[in-house]
Amino acid sequence: MSLLDKAVCTPFFLKRIKFSALPLLGLLLLAVALVSASIGAVSIPLSDILGGSLADQQLAVLNSIRLPRVVLAVIVGGALAVSGAAMQGLFRNPLADPGLIGISTSAALAVAIVIVLAGPIVGYFGLYAMSIAAFGGALGACFVIFRFAKLTGTFSVTYMLLTGIAINALSAAGVGFLTFLSDDQQLRTLTFWTMGSLGGALWVSVIVAATIIIPSALILVKNARELNVLLLGESEARYLGVDVERLKRRIIICTALSVGAAISVSGIIGFVGLVVPHLIRLTLGPDHRLLIPASAFLGAILLLLADTVARTVVAPAEMPVGILTSMIGGPFFLWLLMKQFSGRFGL
Amino acid sequence: MIDAENIVYSIGGQRILAYVYATFRPGDVTAILGPNGAGKSTLLKCLTGALKPDEGRVSLDGKDLRHYSLTELSRRRAVLSQANPISFPFTAHEVVVMGRNPYSLEKTTASNAEIADEALTLVDAWHLRDRSYPSLSGGEQQRVQFARVLSQIWEQEEACLFLDEPTSALDLKHQHQLMDLVQKLCREKNLTVIIVMHDLNLAHHCTDRCFFIREGWIQGGGESKKLITADTISDIFDLPKKYAAMRFGMDLAG
Repeated sequence: MSLLDKAVCTPFFLKRIKFSALPLLGLLLLAVALVSASIGAVSIPLSDILGGSLADQQLAVLNSIRLPRVVLAVIVGGALAVSGAAMQGLFRNPLADPGLIGISTSAALAVAIVIVLAGPIVGYFGLYAMSIAAFGGALGACFVIFRFAKLTGTFSVTYMLLTGIAINALSAAGVGFLTFLSDDQQLRTLTFWTMGSLGGALWVSVIVAATIIIPSALILVKNARELNVLLLGESEARYLGVDVERLKRRIIICTALSVGAAISVSGIIGFVGLVVPHLIRLTLGPDHRLLIPASAFLGAILLLLADTVARTVVAPAEMPVGILTSMIGGPFFLWLLMKQFSGRFGL
Repeated sequence: MIDAENIVYSIGGQRILAYVYATFRPGDVTAILGPNGAGKSTLLKCLTGALKPDEGRVSLDGKDLRHYSLTELSRRRAVLSQANPISFPFTAHEVVVMGRNPYSLEKTTASNAEIADEALTLVDAWHLRDRSYPSLSGGEQQRVQFARVLSQIWEQEEACLFLDEPTSALDLKHQHQLMDLVQKLCREKNLTVIIVMHDLNLAHHCTDRCFFIREGWIQGGGESKKLITADTISDIFDLPKKYAAMRFGMDLAG
């Protein structure tokens, strides 16, 4: 075996980790969630949470502020990472991130239209309405990207990214125009959405997001093996008995649902869907049967960490977590691009 | 056994295939030959069911292709296409195991993995087993894909094997290894093998029968050794006689 062979082989210890990766990530998530719940303006020591000896005020903060936020970060982070992983499989390229190719921004545009035209809507009905609007926006963007990327006959990554730029620009213009039309109250809500924050977390938003995201993610996991086969190419997958059109439809709908639900409760939080699946692929390999659930866990962990930093680092003020993820994700994307062009993946 | 009856296929008003009749028999390795853009790959795609012909019908073992389900079809025929880029770092073994997708519900993961290993050994690629597919050379990738296609019809008798330029990236040694393997499997398992190829020498020596396609029209169908001569080559490929004689006259004419 040559030196090169050794370099590209999966190291032995990583192979052994694979079997226990999911339980390990689950435990890590639990630990991070506990720590995150204990940190904040009101100190709630970890020992008190575990021991159950909390004062009334601490219990109130934990139940109505801290916990919904932690759980929402977990659900949104998981949703974004899973949709990123599924999108990358569908587009057969590791650069496909819902944020980069315009899916998130068009979802946000749809939400902005609802906010400005329909006025402030709250509660279950309002959140579901916004989730559905965001789903519609995301679905529309997916459709346009597919159409344009296929213009050249075969699926082109260049066209995918360029279409993403155009959609992002159009959606930004749309949101800008709506900002111009909106009153003060709407303006605040819009700003919150475009920056991405988990600050408005309530149990209502947790429940709405969870009822949409968890079933979608489970359907994606169920289709993981066929998604692997799809990476061979669409006609190859068809030769191997995969109903490609049905598979693509399922993936697009589930991804749009997850992204839509995540965005309607938290705004645009970029790059989680790009960074997380890539990290999992580097360590555990590209098999979607492991990649999708592992991305869900790691996405949850990373967004929870980022949100904990975002709400404590400039206390008593709070930084929108979307800004933090973009600050980490932007350079990461550039690095990935550099690697692609140096021939590791091939465009 | 594949039967094409009266196949017509056009793209944007331009006729690619015109009234093609052809029968491909089990136990035979059949080559499809012809100049660039003659319609070879299009014919192959019509025969595999990837393209639906405008007119005519293709039947597999006497049953119209349109009446097969995707899964049924995936157990009766395997297809090796020309370019197979994969942008994710799957190992060669993982790629070959994907060939077992039609059986993933009824066969155990272990038995599928074992078949993939045997297929890799057959194509002289077992040593690439744990290498990342995108890091392999073109010829290595082609052999791994061939192993994937073999694993798809591993335990099937009288299945069909479609190969679109399977030797294009291979060195001489592996070209012959692959063609020997194709011939051997064809006899052993009574496969119907259909190969689109450019290398006329290889076609002459390693295939049983051949068809020529020129501007969408098909001819031939007889024994390769008799059909591939300097005269037919010069005619089909529109090659001046002196070049045809120079390249194929010496060992092929007689």
